[in-house]
Amino acid sequence: MTDAIVVEGARKRYGEKRALDGLDLVAARGTVHGVLGPNGAGKTTAVRIMATLLRADEGRVEIAGCDARRQAREVRRRIGLLGQHAAVDEELSGRQNLEMFGRLHHLGARRAGVRADELLARFGLADTGRKAVKQYSGGMRRRLDLAASLITEPEVLFLDEPTTGLDPRGRAEVWESVRSLVGGGTTVLLTTQYLEEADQLADRVSLVDHGRVIAEGTTDDLKARLGGDRIDVVVRDGAELVRAARLLPGAVGGTDALGGTDGVGGTDGVTVDADRRLASAPVTDRMEALTRVVRALQEEGIEAEDIAVRRPTLDEVFLRLTAGRTEDQNRMKEAV
Amino acid sequence: MSATTTGATAPPADTVNGSRLVLALTDCWTMTRRELAHWGRQPVQVLVGLFFPVMMLLMFNYLIGGGKGITGDYAEFLVPGMFALTMVFGLDATMVAVTTDLNKGVVDRFRSMPMANGAVLVGRSVADMLQSFASLLVMMGVGLTIGWRWHGSLAAVAGAVGLLMLLRFAMLWLGIHLAMVAGRPELVTAVQILVWPVGFLSNAFTVPANMPDWLGAAVEWNPMSAAATAVRELFGNDPGVAGTSWAAEHAMLLAVLWPVALVAVFLPLAVRRFGGLSR
Repeated sequence: MTDAIVVEGARKRYGEKRALDGLDLVAARGTVHGVLGPNGAGKTTAVRIMATLLRADEGRVEIAGCDARRQAREVRRRIGLLGQHAAVDEELSGRQNLEMFGRLHHLGARRAGVRADELLARFGLADTGRKAVKQYSGGMRRRLDLAASLITEPEVLFLDEPTTGLDPRGRAEVWESVRSLVGGGTTVLLTTQYLEEADQLADRVSLVDHGRVIAEGTTDDLKARLGGDRIDVVVRDGAELVRAARLLPGAVGGTDALGGTDGVGGTDGVTVDADRRLASAPVTDRMEALTRVVRALQEEGIEAEDIAVRRPTLDEVFLRLTAGRTEDQNRMKEAV
Repeated sequence: MSATTTGATAPPADTVNGSRLVLALTDCWTMTRRELAHWGRQPVQVLVGLFFPVMMLLMFNYLIGGGKGITGDYAEFLVPGMFALTMVFGLDATMVAVTTDLNKGVVDRFRSMPMANGAVLVGRSVADMLQSFASLLVMMGVGLTIGWRWHGSLAAVAGAVGLLMLLRFAMLWLGIHLAMVAGRPELVTAVQILVWPVGFLSNAFTVPANMPDWLGAAVEWNPMSAAATAVRELFGNDPGVAGTSWAAEHAMLLAVLWPVALVAVFLPLAVRRFGGLSR
């Protein structure tokens, strides 16, 4: 048993909507596992199922060696949860909150009090521990919420978009806390919409879309697969789109300078969007690619409305990872 | 599956040793303490809650007061009715508290902790019952100063207080259930508004004889009217104007049956709905 989190084929349906559609996820003990995905991908549903707040319709969910459905109580003794919204009592003080949660973990009245003071000190809340939480700033609230998740130093800690809505300073504070935790052997599962956050914190990342994992690996793996900069060409006449798209791989990757050394810049990276009359391809050298593409388009007599080099967005990452299934892409491959 | 369980490390918490029952009771107490701590943090709100029914009582007695066809002192008639109304309006407080909790995410944390399932609801119940008991004592004090008296034995007085608290207990579970069905604060407001006609379609302020027949019949079957009539009898405030319908003549029985029936329906529904949050 070295895996702290094992999820196999988890499904959850709300009427017609499939929130989770066969989600698989494994996280080894003492690691940070990132779950990355756009809004509505099923990240929060997944966390709520793992934290026993929701029951999966189907599938196996094991947290710290306990079954989330049949041994919910055992799971609850071993986890901490930081949800998207502060799960603390706003009317009470920070200390009253932590003491209450300590009692609910059955630490006993005295130890609950001692633990509350320890955590307040550790999260820099000692001075404000007696103020009502509703007077706290967003960052302080988040830190208190995190402290409340750590009453018993959980084996597994779930962080659901822990920095959404925080300013850069608050974000840095949360990141710092997460890093120090992992040093103590806690397994952390972290959901986020930000590539950067996953990059900063996670050992491994699962990319989730439409309730299932579409890619999994270390952040380096994924970055290699997702590629770097891209060049976008918008053609004036939609009929020229396929011709322009066919021309892109040669233009950006067909020279000695760029040569086949870069696995990212292959034909597979080309995408087309017929509605926007847009063809897009990965590039390695921005300026070089730009001049080559302009020249190639001129030689072929294709009129471009817009040409730009830019960094990939998260949307594109998903588009690329799911594109293999779309008709457009298939036609592209046949055409090329 | 059992193999993986034994393979897991020892649970970190639970240093207080005890049976499941002891732990469950501890959790209930912790949740009750939470509600009491809320009072300590919001003394003004607590006072407003206590004095709102007092204000209503004084308003009806001095400003609106004097029902037709009521012999003797109006306070003797009005005060027990206001006790019943205070219990019914407790529904409001319960709903607001439950909805606030559910929408704040703190319930998520409770549910992700190894605590007894029902402790959140028990904490709510104990706190609300304590608040309403305090409110009832205040109302009785004010009632005494404006001329209301009880004429029965202490046992009868205790019986009347018991009936009123039973009515409040029924409102408690109705409130918890409605709050969970309504879910959002906007919908709670709608229910809050509907509490008023239910409270006023009763014999708290006047006798059904003063109303059109159909309305009078509805009023006599109102659980709140049954409670008001029953406690008037127990306090010895019988103004001799109780109706002659079956409901009016069996008010004491109805004052017990109504709340018991409401609890029997809404307590299980509320508990199920709370458990169903994981669906």
